[in-house]
Parts: sequence; structure tokens; C-alpha cells
Amino acid sequence: MNTKVSIAGVEFKNPVMTASGTFGSGMEYNEFVDLNRLGGVVTKGVANVPWEGNPTPRVAETYGGMLNAIGLQNPGMDVFIERDLKFLENYDTRVIVNVCGKSVEDYLEVVERLGDEKRVDLLEINVSCPNVKEGAIAFGQKADALMNITSEIKKKAKQPVIMKLSPNVTDIAEMAKAAEAAGADAISLINTITGMKIDINRRTFALANKTGGLSGPAIKPVAVRMVYQAAQAVRIPIIGMGGIANAEDALEFILAGATAVAVGAMNFVNPYATVETVDGIERYMKKHQIDDISSLIGAVH
Amino acid sequence: MSTKKKQTATVYRQENIADGIFDLWIETDLAQDAKPGQFIAVYPKDGSTLLPRPISICEVNDEKTRLRIVYRVAGKGTKEFSGFSAGEQIQILGVLGNGFPAEKAEGKTVFLMGGGIGIPPMLQLAKELKETGRTESRIIVGYRDRETFLKEDLEKYGEVFVATEDGSVGSKGNVMNAIGENALTADLIFACGPMPMLRAIKQYAKQNGMEAYISLEERMACGVGACLGCVCRTKNVDAHSHVKNARICTDGPVFDAKEVEI
Repeated sequence: MNTKVSIAGVEFKNPVMTASGTFGSGMEYNEFVDLNRLGGVVTKGVANVPWEGNPTPRVAETYGGMLNAIGLQNPGMDVFIERDLKFLENYDTRVIVNVCGKSVEDYLEVVERLGDEKRVDLLEINVSCPNVKEGAIAFGQKADALMNITSEIKKKAKQPVIMKLSPNVTDIAEMAKAAEAAGADAISLINTITGMKIDINRRTFALANKTGGLSGPAIKPVAVRMVYQAAQAVRIPIIGMGGIANAEDALEFILAGATAVAVGAMNFVNPYATVETVDGIERYMKKHQIDDISSLIGAVH
Repeated sequence: MSTKKKQTATVYRQENIADGIFDLWIETDLAQDAKPGQFIAVYPKDGSTLLPRPISICEVNDEKTRLRIVYRVAGKGTKEFSGFSAGEQIQILGVLGNGFPAEKAEGKTVFLMGGGIGIPPMLQLAKELKETGRTESRIIVGYRDRETFLKEDLEKYGEVFVATEDGSVGSKGNVMNAIGENALTADLIFACGPMPMLRAIKQYAKQNGMEAYISLEERMACGVGACLGCVCRTKNVDAHSHVKNARICTDGPVFDAKEVEI
């Protein structure tokens, strides 16, 4: 039985990864799961310099999901390389570093610095965070801006480049095509959906940032639909995410056209969700006598 | 450091001890390593409420086989918890957070200050400080009204001074009024309660040149330090985050009052 998948020539032992921002760099969840069992660890977004992030409250629960507006708090690339990448050297799993920035130059500075880091297998470019005022999503909501930043990054990047797409667009297929046309090696989707919650007792916003990104099971049908539409539009591999809690959810994304999947907010609900998803996919393949997971990718098309 | 885990635990018993306040004993091996000021996170069963609710540890039984939590019904999740009955299986995550640095109280007189639903963690702390026999605890607790939950439990471990907002029991006002009215003094403060109370304690400690350790609260998601949802502003750059933010769930919830901007 083969659970291995390949993205831009990089082989993953299985298609299950972590969604950026929900798993740190694996240090905190290492107490719960064996990181060696994961296809890959996708790190929290890292910028050229430390970012403070947004004021609190940064999180709020909503029906079947949650809103967050962390604002990409991160320690900056120097600490990240010294501490987080060094930690990940101890594990046999692929490392995808999520990169964020406020300007094209910021992104390029991180991408170039990571170029020499052997522990980095792929880069994921965050052009879809809804919670920071400058940069990030500004590059991910217009096809021409997305093409521009993708091609700039591709010129400098030594590792394969995954563009992480925002669902807060009219036509996800157009955005997927723009990333592909500009040279992206893969795309990942969806980032969170912009949302808002109002506290009727305090008569104010639940989040200090007023708006936040919605994640969790509540967004899964939207995510599956977008992965399906993107998969019909492009030939590059897709990493699917959005409310995945278990193998059944993960298989929906794979059947919709995702080569790999990521568990995000559901790590908070079940810290063992990633490894349980790996186990569940294997059980499903055994039960349905599927020899190679690649035969499931996009099987509903 | 103990290993954190999510597990199925059994409800030993639950009681409604004041208006909206519930007293829940849980049978769990997490009790073996639980320190006062640490917390567990309890999962609602209803799939529409996903996130675990952080609730501080109120007491550990002598055999270290049960944890007691005392919580206020504040929303849909805690409303569901209030229906838990003896023998019921529930999901919990723990033990989380750092706890109070009880060793700093050795040979000292200490204020244990709790306000409202910040009172419960003071019970286990008072109990452990009494067991060492090397600390004199003055327990100062503030309530809304005459529903002075946990007061009798606390009285076993030290002298208890009460303040109530409506003046129905003890000093009228808050814990600071109780200190003033009773002319209390101490060397060190351990406190948990609403933010205005903690701000007043931080100020009071500074004016009196005292050390104060305060337990903070914030909306949490993961509870284990990964999501960066529950941060508080710190005076200096934090060793983990490399910005002036510390994670309440992991670096706290107990902080040296001097180190946090509240």
C-alpha cells in the first residue's frame, strides 16, 4: 500500500500535514504526537523581523468553528532558523516554511535567507492572511498582484514554492491559474474566511481586530468546493485544508483534487488529529483495497 | 515537567454551590502532577462548541486521584458542563500552565487574594502552603454578594477576610477595601481575579515594595502554546516570542506582576 505523494519533486511519506499557524513549529504538539508520522510540518508564518501581532482578544469561538486575528505574531527569521529549524532537524518529516511579509522586499529577504537552509524542503508563501493591514492578503486578492509576487519569489527561491491562496476572492480558479502561470510549484488552499462576531452583552466586537479569519468544520464545504474548482483549473499540485478533523474529511479533499491535506484549527480540539488522520487514511485504503493513494486524487472529477 | 495529554476522565460528583457556580470533582490521573494555579481544559460535547474551556484547578484530593474545579456558567460550553453528572465520561486536556511559585512563600506572610471566579485556585494554594507549615496565609476574597462559595473550605487553611460588592458580608467593596479595613500586611501576594482587581494589586504591590504573582485570563484556543491566541503584553521582550508578548496558557497563567503590562 502506497501512501506517498509527491509535490514539486519532493516526496512526502503520507499526504497529511499541519496548517500554518495552528501547530507552531511542532514543538508544542510534539508532546502529543510523533512528528515522524506526519507527511510534513508547515510552520507558523515567519517574517524578516519579529512581528508583535494584534491586541487581544485574538480568538473567538463561533458555531462549529472559530475566528482568529493573531496578526502573524512571529519571532523573525533569525530566531526561527536558530531555534525552530534546529528543532525540526531531529525529525523525519518534510518541513514547509510559511513566509509572510508586508512588502515584496520583505518576502524576498526571508526567501533568500532560507535558500541555504537544508532543513527547508518547500516554501509556502502567505499572501492570504486576512488579519494584517499591510501586505499579506493585498497580494492574494488580485490576479495580477499574485502573479507579480509569485514570479518575484520564484526568481529568488531555491526551494519549491507553494502559494497559499485566500478564499476571499470571487473566482478561486482565476487565482489558481495566476499562481500557476507565474511559476508556482504548488498551491495551498484555503486560508481562513474573513468573518466577524459581535458580543451583544458588551455591545462590541468579540475580537480586538474587529474582523478575523474563520476556520474549523464550519468552513469545510467551502474549502472542498474551492479545492475542486482549483483542481479543475490547474495542473500543479494542491494542498487542501479547511476544517479537516479526521480521515473522512481529508479524503473529501483528496477526492476533490488535493494531492496533500493539512489539519488546522482541529489540532486545538484534538491534539492527536494529525496522526489519527494518517491512521484513518490507511484504514480506508485497506478497507477499499486501494494500493496507491494517487488513484484517489481528484477521483470525482 | 509533566507530559500534557488529552484524556477521557470520569465525573466523580458535581454540585451547584452558588448562583451559576458549579463545583465539579473529576477522577483523573492528571491529579498526580497538578499544582495550584495550573489549569485543565474541559471539552464541550456539543460539536458546535469546539474549543476546550480553560478552568483553574481548585483542589486536589489527598490521594491525588481527583481534581476539583469550581467554575461559573458563562456561556454555552460551561452551561453544558453544569449538566455533567456522577459517572459521566468527559474529555479533558491537562495539566496546563505554570502554577503559583509557592516556594517563594517560605518563611513569609502571604496574601492569597481571590476575586469572584478567581477564588477557586486559592484553595489548593492555601492547602499546600499550610502543609509546609512555613507560611502564614491571609486569605482575602471578594464576592458579589452573600453567596460566599468556598469560604468554609478556605477557613481550614488560614484566616479569611471577605469583601462583598453589596456589603452583605465582611467589608463593603473589594479585596483592597478588606486589606485597608483590617489593616493587613504581608511580604508577598498571590492573586487571581478580574483585571481591575489585578491592576489594583499590581499598583498596591509596587507602592509597598512587595512581590506579587498574578494569574491572568484570556480567550484561548489551543491551550498549549501553539496558536498565540492568549497573549499578554510584557514589560520586556519575551524569551520565547522575541516580542513583548507572553503566552498566558504556557508561560503563565501566573506572572510576576512587574513583568506584565495589564
